[in-house]
Amino acid sequence: MQTPLAVEAVDLDKYIENSAGKLDILNSLQLKIPFGEKLAIIGSSGSGKSTLLGLLAGLDSPSSGKVLIEGTEISSLDEDGRAAVRGRSMGFVFQSFQLIPSLTALENVMLPLQLAGRADAKEQALNALERVGLAQRLMHYPRQMSGGEQQRVAIARAFAPKPAILFADEPTGNLDAQTGERIVELLFGLNAETGTTLVLVTHDLTLARRCQRIVRLQDGRLHDESAI
Amino acid sequence: MMALTIAWRQLRSQWASGEVRVLLFALMLAVAATTSVGFFTDRIESALIKQGSMLLGGDLVIASDKAISAQYIEEAEKRHLQTVLTMEFPSMVLHGDVSHLAEIKAVGADFPLRGSLTILQHKVETAQMLTGGTETSTVPALGTIWIEPRLANQLGVNVGDSLDVGERSMRVTAILQREPSRGGDMFSIAPRLLMNIADIQSTGLVQFGSRVKHQLLLAAEDNAVEEYATWAKPLLGRGEQVQTVADARPEMRSALEKAQQFLGLAAMVSVILAMVAMFLASQPYVQKSLDTYALMRCFGASRQFIFRILISQTLLIATLGSGAGVLAGFVAQAGLATLAGSLLVDTLPAPGVMPALGGLVSGFATMLAVVWPHLSRLQDVPALRILRRDLGEQDKTRWLGFLPALLVLAGLIFWQAGHVKLAGIVLLALAGLVLAVVVLAWMGTKLLSGLPHNTTGSWKLGIAALKRRPGLAIAQVLGFSLGLMALILLSIVRGDLLHSWQQSLPEDAPNRFIINIQPDQIDGIKQFFNQEGLAQVDIFPMIRARLLEVNAKSINLNDYKDDRARRLAEREFNLSWAQDMQQDNQLLEGAWWQANDQGKPLLSLEQGIAESLNIKLGDKLTYDVAGNRLELEVSSLRKVEWDTMRANFFAVTPPGVLNDFPASYITSFHLPRGQENLLNQLVREFPNLTIIDVAALLDQVREIMNKMSHALEYVFVFSLLTGLAVLYAALVATREERVREATLLRVLGASRRQVIIALLAEFFTIGGLAALVASIAASVLAYYISSQVFNIPYQFNLWATLLVMAGSAILVPAAAWLGMHHFLNQPPRVLLQSI
Repeated sequence: MQTPLAVEAVDLDKYIENSAGKLDILNSLQLKIPFGEKLAIIGSSGSGKSTLLGLLAGLDSPSSGKVLIEGTEISSLDEDGRAAVRGRSMGFVFQSFQLIPSLTALENVMLPLQLAGRADAKEQALNALERVGLAQRLMHYPRQMSGGEQQRVAIARAFAPKPAILFADEPTGNLDAQTGERIVELLFGLNAETGTTLVLVTHDLTLARRCQRIVRLQDGRLHDESAI
Repeated sequence: MMALTIAWRQLRSQWASGEVRVLLFALMLAVAATTSVGFFTDRIESALIKQGSMLLGGDLVIASDKAISAQYIEEAEKRHLQTVLTMEFPSMVLHGDVSHLAEIKAVGADFPLRGSLTILQHKVETAQMLTGGTETSTVPALGTIWIEPRLANQLGVNVGDSLDVGERSMRVTAILQREPSRGGDMFSIAPRLLMNIADIQSTGLVQFGSRVKHQLLLAAEDNAVEEYATWAKPLLGRGEQVQTVADARPEMRSALEKAQQFLGLAAMVSVILAMVAMFLASQPYVQKSLDTYALMRCFGASRQFIFRILISQTLLIATLGSGAGVLAGFVAQAGLATLAGSLLVDTLPAPGVMPALGGLVSGFATMLAVVWPHLSRLQDVPALRILRRDLGEQDKTRWLGFLPALLVLAGLIFWQAGHVKLAGIVLLALAGLVLAVVVLAWMGTKLLSGLPHNTTGSWKLGIAALKRRPGLAIAQVLGFSLGLMALILLSIVRGDLLHSWQQSLPEDAPNRFIINIQPDQIDGIKQFFNQEGLAQVDIFPMIRARLLEVNAKSINLNDYKDDRARRLAEREFNLSWAQDMQQDNQLLEGAWWQANDQGKPLLSLEQGIAESLNIKLGDKLTYDVAGNRLELEVSSLRKVEWDTMRANFFAVTPPGVLNDFPASYITSFHLPRGQENLLNQLVREFPNLTIIDVAALLDQVREIMNKMSHALEYVFVFSLLTGLAVLYAALVATREERVREATLLRVLGASRRQVIIALLAEFFTIGGLAALVASIAASVLAYYISSQVFNIPYQFNLWATLLVMAGSAILVPAAAWLGMHHFLNQPPRVLLQSI
């Protein structure tokens, strides 16, 4: 029996139709990501990187084609079904951190654990925050933290539920070079510890090179760029 | 449970943001306003019932023109109710050669079941008979009687003397100063003589066919009396009726009802305003929640789970707001009760739980109604919003979503107004206001579009901002208009209406009635008034008549559904005649007669009685006047202000119609305090006159007006606070967007001064527009409320209106500046980070 892939995209199309006509964003896109792989998706601005990430993570549905997560086709599920898969298998790190401003660092990290119905949510969240070096800032609100600290909270939140797949969208995009570097170390360090499959969307080649494989999104298709 | 935890945590954190506070504060104020008024009117109602019971002498009375049927007494005994029988009839009593008509009341030993009699048991000068009595729980012993000072005075008797009552001589053992159940038809009563019911037979006064009013008084501690009334009502035969405490003291009830209407109006304004404030505050609250829920969707939360969080959060806010509101309402009503003081009874009875329940229900309904239109939008927020912020941004709120809110608002308005017409007109006014604002704002936008693009000036940036977001501008003008309308309306109502209401019963309102004036005494009485320097009085003729037929069809009591119509059809009318219509009457239909109509069989009828008896203009009414038939055609319908305490008549004919019938005359006049002695002189000169003293009653009505005015001002504070909450919410609703825009302008090189001028220009326009709409709407509403609901003439107050308009055109921008200047003072870099 063939082991299912962590993420698989089959003949993925995404287009927008408006008064100006049809605009293709993704065109018969194919992608296979085995468990534990670290994959970087690169591409110029407007190439559709974020659209692809949204489709792979089940945040959006394709115009046609399939997305499979751990062998389950999520593109045919309804929004609630996809949400359940996300809650079970995925973690996210975003460029703009996306912390809930009304919750403390601890509460932000606890949230996905609670949503998954984990009884040990607090304990796991505390561990994760300790791991990212924020044990002293548990009760701080996002507005009381620097960008780097907020992203560390976001990383703790992403890893705390021990997801099979981690989607990272320009994780250093809003940070200065030095802070960005520290965040990258943390992200890859934790990834190595947990063996999580990483899907990293970036336009930063240096960052992309830290992954095992690099694909470039161009004209709606992926091109293998691992040789770069 | 987890949804509740998350909801609570979010709520706790969101407390810091203004919107949740406005939501909670507005909800609390609405609930506090309704519950405090609810608690207070509940207590007043209980007091009225308590006092009504005292006035009836029991909790319920079965009255009959024949002996009380045994079934009523047996049933009452079976239900363990307290009972006592009384009989009332007029009869002449004699003292030596002097005779006088007395209203004899024979009572059982337990009379009265509620309240008590006040008597004076020793001999005093006639002038002192009105003071110094004591309450007693007994009734006259066998063979003795108690009489009112008026009778003692007219017969020249005192405690210890004897009177001939029918075939018996009975000794006066006390002067009766106060007696429950002495309300009712005050014009038909002669002075009271109270005796023991066991003595009745021996007096020989009650024979077969005598006109005696029999009463069975009933009382019980719980609601057994109401159940008994329900049982008894279907059994009532001709000449039998049930009187409840609600029938007692109609004049006090009228004053209190008016006060309750005022209070209800103030509470209603608070409710409307609170809902507007909550709607305004809910917009940024929803906006901020969108990102949070999108993130939760991203982390795997289902729609249902989001719905549970939303509902939990809504219910939490509703619980906190309503709970705090009920508490605040309870505390506030204690203040109201203190202001009302010893109104009606020494201490107001404790409030019931119903107002609290009502407050909680209305609080929950309001909160749910406010959040309802946003529920589907929040629940359906796409997880992709995390990556694309524009998603979920467009308001998919359907108009249908606002239906529950409209229904709740209408329900609350009807509940608080307690007056269908008033509630209806308020709803119409609200709809009109919304329409006016939308039309004005649309026209304004059109005008602004005409502005040339190449003109410069910071103020144009502000005006252009209005043009850019017409929806928001409309919402804001609407919010400000409603807030201002309420404030203007309240200032008019509080000042002018209250003043007019008190003026409707001026200090010199008549406080004495004289009845039984004979035709040959009219000139003498006028002369007496002239000599004593009292204001000249109008003396009106009065002829007893009974209505027999309407359009040749005999009156059948069964044709009338309600008790009042039946009573009116059954009782004797006082017909009067006049050349001119009384000044406090208002012609509604038909025409008043001319000089040449003298002697024509015409009739002018009071509108209320015409409605009750279903009589129309042109109908022919046949009366029995002293055994003769008299046919009159209804030629006009009038509205009569009974509250003025002047003599007024249901039915009036032109002069010359009633000449052949025996008439007595009636007048009312104002007797200044301290001149009571004049009454003795008047009675000495005209011994047959009966003078009815309504001064105490007037004082009570005035006391109600004064105390209620204070209570009203107090309740208006809630309305004022909610009005301010609306204004604040209207500012908060758009603050974030404004800060973002102002920051961008600053980044692009605009100076602080330019940004402030733009802001002030925008709010000056909004404030001016809102003030214009609000002034017009408030004036129309105040006119309607005063003239149609409270029957008080309304005077448009131009200066107050102009003042409000100018004030809001200055205050609204000033408030906006206050709310924003903190952000404008910060460097754009700080702002960019915070948005």
